[in-house]
Amino acid sequence: MTTKNEKIKNNPKEPVEMSGSEAMIRSLVAEGVDTIFGYPGGAIMPIYDALYDFGHHVKHVLVRHEQGAVHAAQGYARVSGKVGVCFATSGPGATNLITGIADAMIDSTPLVCITGQVTSGLLGTDAFQESDVIGISMPVTKWNYQITSTDEIPEAIAKAFYIASTGRPGPVLLDITKDAQFGKLQFLYEKCTKIRSYVPEFPTNKKHLKNAADLINAAKKPYLIYGQGVLLSGAEKELLSFIEKTGIPAASTLLGISALDSDHPLNMGMLGMHGNYAPNIKTNECDVLIAIGMRFDDRVTGSISTYAKQAKVIHIEIDPAEIDKNIKTEVAILGDAKHTLRLLTTLVDDKKHPEWVNEFHVARKKEEDKVIVHDLKPTKSGLTMGEVVRLSTDLTKNQAIIVTDVGQNQMAAARYARFSNSRSWVTSGGLGTMGFGLPAAIGAKFGAPDKEVILFAGDGGIQMTVQELGTISQEKLPVKIVILNNDFLGMVRQWQELFFEKRYSFTEITSPDFVKLAAAYGIPGATVSERKDIESAMKSMIDAKGPYLLEVKIEQEDNIFPMVPAGGSVSKCLLGPDEL
Amino acid sequence: MKQEYIISAYSENHIGLLNRITIIFTRRKVNIESLTVSESALAGISKFTIVVNEEKEKVVNIVKQIEKLIEVLKAFYHTNDEMIFQEIALYKVPTQALMDSDQIEKMIRSHNARILEITKEYTVIEKTGHKEETQALFEGLNQFGVLQFIRSGRIAITRSPIERLSEFLRERDTLFTKLEAKIKYY
Repeated sequence: MTTKNEKIKNNPKEPVEMSGSEAMIRSLVAEGVDTIFGYPGGAIMPIYDALYDFGHHVKHVLVRHEQGAVHAAQGYARVSGKVGVCFATSGPGATNLITGIADAMIDSTPLVCITGQVTSGLLGTDAFQESDVIGISMPVTKWNYQITSTDEIPEAIAKAFYIASTGRPGPVLLDITKDAQFGKLQFLYEKCTKIRSYVPEFPTNKKHLKNAADLINAAKKPYLIYGQGVLLSGAEKELLSFIEKTGIPAASTLLGISALDSDHPLNMGMLGMHGNYAPNIKTNECDVLIAIGMRFDDRVTGSISTYAKQAKVIHIEIDPAEIDKNIKTEVAILGDAKHTLRLLTTLVDDKKHPEWVNEFHVARKKEEDKVIVHDLKPTKSGLTMGEVVRLSTDLTKNQAIIVTDVGQNQMAAARYARFSNSRSWVTSGGLGTMGFGLPAAIGAKFGAPDKEVILFAGDGGIQMTVQELGTISQEKLPVKIVILNNDFLGMVRQWQELFFEKRYSFTEITSPDFVKLAAAYGIPGATVSERKDIESAMKSMIDAKGPYLLEVKIEQEDNIFPMVPAGGSVSKCLLGPDEL
Repeated sequence: MKQEYIISAYSENHIGLLNRITIIFTRRKVNIESLTVSESALAGISKFTIVVNEEKEKVVNIVKQIEKLIEVLKAFYHTNDEMIFQEIALYKVPTQALMDSDQIEKMIRSHNARILEITKEYTVIEKTGHKEETQALFEGLNQFGVLQFIRSGRIAITRSPIERLSEFLRERDTLFTKLEAKIKYY
């Protein structure tokens, strides 16, 4: 007699009768799902019951709060390039997912979120744990659908994965009523390959490609800025070939980090509000600006009325709605970054731009002297966030996956972490979700179990989802947690210092003894506050076989610079508070 | 500069799509002046006709966002002079007012309106036209006291000789064939 576990290896080729719940799990397995983050509850119990038989095929990670499940699924998706999957029950289970779904929507992360729902006969009756999750999630999902009949399950799952992972990726939510889970169907799984009302990407327009190549070939000061689109389309090699052939300096958005080796001579660093000085100011000095897989977010552009006005802008982008949304383009090429860059590279001339590249180096030197040296080789006694971050990537030889929370810790990590490998950077960009870090690090570790995963979180953000230490503990998951503790909600405090006359309104925050808290979960840890101890403490953390928490007490009122103040021009990228 | 635009969207006839479309307007704080939804010439495909008073840039952005919805096939925007459009209005007046003078009858004639139903108490009049026209009749009739008045959302049709959607669906078939070779998965 074959067990269910053996049967699953061969998904049926002829229809087989089974329950909706079993069909759901088999459909997920057919889509290659190996990890699910979730939390059971009344309305999703039949699915959990079916899952019980599939333990050898699908790893289910029990989180401590549904928000943890969705952020973990995001972390998993970001590092693995696969679709992240999470389960939650109806009502509060489903509403607890919303923050993470909104985060995945704005950061184009492919997710399939499955929520249980009350029995279809009870829909709209304010039944126990009923919430209109379709209505609530509509503005923050790429697509959502309520399954009320068992027969719909395989097709809905197939569509969900197709939509989540193709084109510009995004989160999909499937809400499934309890009776649909219990019902029977004749199961046969077919992947979705086409939806007539949905075009994931458009064929490359040859004329636009040629126009872009002409502009690039004639440019004296060309400059390339890239975003997460490069990672999402797997265009890292194509990006490298393109910049090496054309000699064009490149800078990334916050989410584009790790698409290009940090040590590459043409990698000029990060754009944006707390990005590097040269990438910001050169935006307003280049003659051709090539933007790839990025959406000109306001944190990148500052004031758009003063953004790259002198430049001819080429925008390579998969989502037609992003073209000319914020910045008017000279040439727009619709398409995914990988395919488009490959074609474009064949049309551009071999070139070098030594003088232009040198201008970036001159600007970088200015930032080094005024900012970086103080962050990395501080003379004052307090530890800086920058030196702690850099030490972690130095000790892991730029091989680690760095996950961050949101705020100063995130900006310090973005500025000072170094990367040799793509998909090594996990952060909440568009939504800026505090509490993202810890659960995302859990997902990242499941997505890349052979890599070192180091989380940088502030003392504020970690406390928003700190219950996920329980998940780490239960899974004995070797996630390395660094808390950069300054006893403040640091980024808000920085703004209060700079723009609100140092009126520190509700930004002082107390914390539990983090090391004791970790110990209560059976996680070892240490606290460091002095420079002489940081290296050995960091080494102990990295060498730990299991999870580890390192609390670093840092300089209390340190600021992140450079800074383009909100609504300011990227030309006025400030190197210190004295320039305000 | 703000002006009237007619947004037309063709979509699959699926539950919840109206909500998906209207939240695109709500999020941008754009008021919908009029909205009509019904099945198009192609079975199973719904047509939305939405009138807004907005700046072109915003309208373009909204149309792209509508078209981005998975179940929307295509969305267009037009100015009023690019389309032929109509609204329908119904007016209920006291029948006694018709009896008392010939003015209402004259109004019905001059406005090309027609009577749908007459009872002892009331008479229902119908008029199709642009908003200004249905409004003008309302103001005329209201001298005698309009008991009830209702105006529909706008319906509109392009000045081009064929349904643009059929043309579009043919183009899309070719597009899918081209893309079939290179659709990728994670």
